[in-house]
Amino acid sequence: MDFTFEEQQVAFRDAVRKFLMVEAAPEMLREIWETESGRSRDLRAKLADQGITALSVPEEFGGIGLGDLDWVLINQELGYYAIPDSLSDTAYLAAWMLTRLPSDISLKKAWLPRIANGTARIALGHPVNPFVADAQLADLLLLWHNDEVHAVQRDQVKLSFNPSIEMSRRLYKVEWKPTDATRVAPARIGKDLWEGVLNRAALAVSAQQLGLAQRMLDLGIDHSAQRKQFGKPIGSFQAVKHQLADVAVKIEFAKPVVFRAAQALATNRPRAAVHVSHAKLAACEAAWLSARRSMQVHGAMGYTWEADLQMFMKRAWALDAAWGDRAYHKTRVAKFIFAEGAELGPGDTFN
Amino acid sequence: MRLEYTDRQQRFRQEVRDWLEQNVPKQPLRSFDTEEGFADHRAWEGKLAGGRWSAVTWPKEVGGRGCDLIEWLIFEEEYWRASAPLRVNQNGIFLLAPTLMEYGTDEQKQRFLPRMATGEDIWAQGWSEPGAGSDMAAIRCKAVRDGDHYVISGQKTWSTRAVWADWLFGLFRTDPDSVRHHGLTFILLPLNLPGITIRPVQQLNGQTGFAEIFFDEVRVPVHNRLADEGAGWQVAMATAGFERGLMLRSPGRFQQTAKSLVELYLRHQAHADADPSVRDAVMQSWMGAEAYALATYRTASRMAKGAQIGAEASTNKIFWSELDLLMHETAMRILGARAELMPHAPDAGDIGNWLDGFLFAQAGPIYAGTNEIQRNIIAERMLGLPRS
Ligand SMILES: Cc1cc2nc3c(=O)[nH]c(=O)nc-3n(C[C@H](O)[C@H](O)[C@H](O)COP(=O)(O)OP(=O)(O)OC[C@H]3O[C@@H](n4cnc5c(N)ncnc54)[C@H](O)[C@@H]3O)c2cc1C
Repeated sequence: MDFTFEEQQVAFRDAVRKFLMVEAAPEMLREIWETESGRSRDLRAKLADQGITALSVPEEFGGIGLGDLDWVLINQELGYYAIPDSLSDTAYLAAWMLTRLPSDISLKKAWLPRIANGTARIALGHPVNPFVADAQLADLLLLWHNDEVHAVQRDQVKLSFNPSIEMSRRLYKVEWKPTDATRVAPARIGKDLWEGVLNRAALAVSAQQLGLAQRMLDLGIDHSAQRKQFGKPIGSFQAVKHQLADVAVKIEFAKPVVFRAAQALATNRPRAAVHVSHAKLAACEAAWLSARRSMQVHGAMGYTWEADLQMFMKRAWALDAAWGDRAYHKTRVAKFIFAEGAELGPGDTFN
Repeated sequence: MRLEYTDRQQRFRQEVRDWLEQNVPKQPLRSFDTEEGFADHRAWEGKLAGGRWSAVTWPKEVGGRGCDLIEWLIFEEEYWRASAPLRVNQNGIFLLAPTLMEYGTDEQKQRFLPRMATGEDIWAQGWSEPGAGSDMAAIRCKAVRDGDHYVISGQKTWSTRAVWADWLFGLFRTDPDSVRHHGLTFILLPLNLPGITIRPVQQLNGQTGFAEIFFDEVRVPVHNRLADEGAGWQVAMATAGFERGLMLRSPGRFQQTAKSLVELYLRHQAHADADPSVRDAVMQSWMGAEAYALATYRTASRMAKGAQIGAEASTNKIFWSELDLLMHETAMRILGARAELMPHAPDAGDIGNWLDGFLFAQAGPIYAGTNEIQRNIIAERMLGLPRS
């Protein structure tokens, strides 16, 4: 029993954190919003240089062959810095799925090395999401059809853009026709693959929400230490302190839930899906509380376009329903805990 | 990260489980806030000690098993799973003992720990006074040095289980000219000394769960002092640190409650679902208990690797006390019009002891440092917000 990350995992996370601190300043993110694609080639290339795109790709295809536990740390950072790039869709989820596709080696050979070196973008269409994120830039779309997996080129689909209040989101309705040629896995295999992708995607969102929650808390702390009213920093008022302390409590108790979900996926635990849903609920709650409380301590400044808080709040709000809304995840948890003979008590935690 | 028990840990769990299966009383003991119940629980502590289970984290020489925190968690999980009796000597074993091991002389350790482990000495805590609640540094109860004795005069209050306890530990003002947290000394004393008057105080459930203690020139030998004269505040604060925060309420307790709540809900589902928020609260309860267990395992693992846990410990107290309230409030709502009944009411049916737990849950956000004080600590020491 050891509920800590390995030193290398933490060291890699720290390196990514340092890099993003410099390369992903809020002003730069705002500039990227203004572009039509909403994505920066330059930033993606730099992320690839950091090795992030290669993380999940097996070594034989030019990657590093790491997995869920590494990603949970990286996704926290991607959340903290609100990286406007569905990087983990390609480098984590698509890589995971492609690696596990049956025998269709040509597809793996074609795409996995490109994921690793950061030159491919792959979008994922799962029925739990009404839209496909970043479909406009995708070199390839992996799409669900009755549990089958279809690999479709961008010129084979029709896209309609659905603008979001979150300026870095790029959501598309995708129309397409499944054919024998596009099918890369039959339903009997695809079902598990989609389930695996959904769980990892929900985990990725959870970790990003943790990062967002922490960022909004940090912004709230900074603001309330600097802003003075009644001759004192507002952070010295207890009503302000307690609002932020509540957020710290929520984050502190969401973290281990998210980390355990990652570990459960990494080791294929039978209850992994329940753990992921629990993680998603806990992390989204923390992020929403953090948004609300940070907004409150910012005063009117928090209600402006100018204050950076908005970019993190809107992302937290948007991600809440990504890869399964709360109803979806609560239903999965309910199914587990209300089942006959469920092992719920002390000593059952790691069953 | 490895979230599986080692073979050794699994064998340990089995050993605990086997012993508890054979030894936990089939009938629940009477409440330890009654005289007979207190005696029952003292006898149970003796039985636990007989199997060397009363203080598993202590070194072997003083009656423990030298368990690490993970083994302690396993022990606690099994203990709550077996619905074993509440620990009447909790304040001694979990709160005083770690302090004693850190600051006590060898003589003090030998004198106090083995008798604590067996339940021969049951301990009460004496921090609070009428004028010193959240503001513990306002303590006035004085201990005046007279040769090789301290002469104690003043009052303590809200002292849990002091009605029948044998010993008291707490802070006393040894320097009459001192203010706030200076000039306080940590003293251990038997509650049967001449000059001590104990006035039981009834709690919400009508039982005398705590007491006021009056001191009228009570003479306590100087060798009953823990650490240096005037160092009491630092000693008390050190023990308010994480290990204590962790040991006060182990996750097994809340997981057992959450499990019972799920069962209660399922038995009453037809009625309970008429209020759709109940089902959600039941789920939140289970997820909360699970999160608390995970957080504790994570902390125990980090401590095993040498991490220092500071003000984050204050998040624990808030989390478990609010969770406990949520669970018991939810149970009351499920029980509906029967929830108010005493368990022996003729038509009580299967209401169990939720009511008593509900009453006690009201105290959770107050004792061991109110949740407001914990939020102050989190804000100032963990988040670095400016002091008021
Ligand atoms: C069941 C139970 C068992 C107990 N057992 C023991 C025991 O064994 N030994 C012992 O010594 N004591 C014991 N206590 C006492 C406990 O430690 C005190 O009740 C606690 O420290 C609060 O003090 P108080 O009751 O005087 O409340 P007060 O300090 O008067 O607080 C009243 C309210 O004001 C708030 N408040 C006070 N100061 C601040 C502040 N600075 N900022 C914000 N809010 C503030 C509090 O949070 C609380 O809501 C026990 C209490 C209970 C309920």
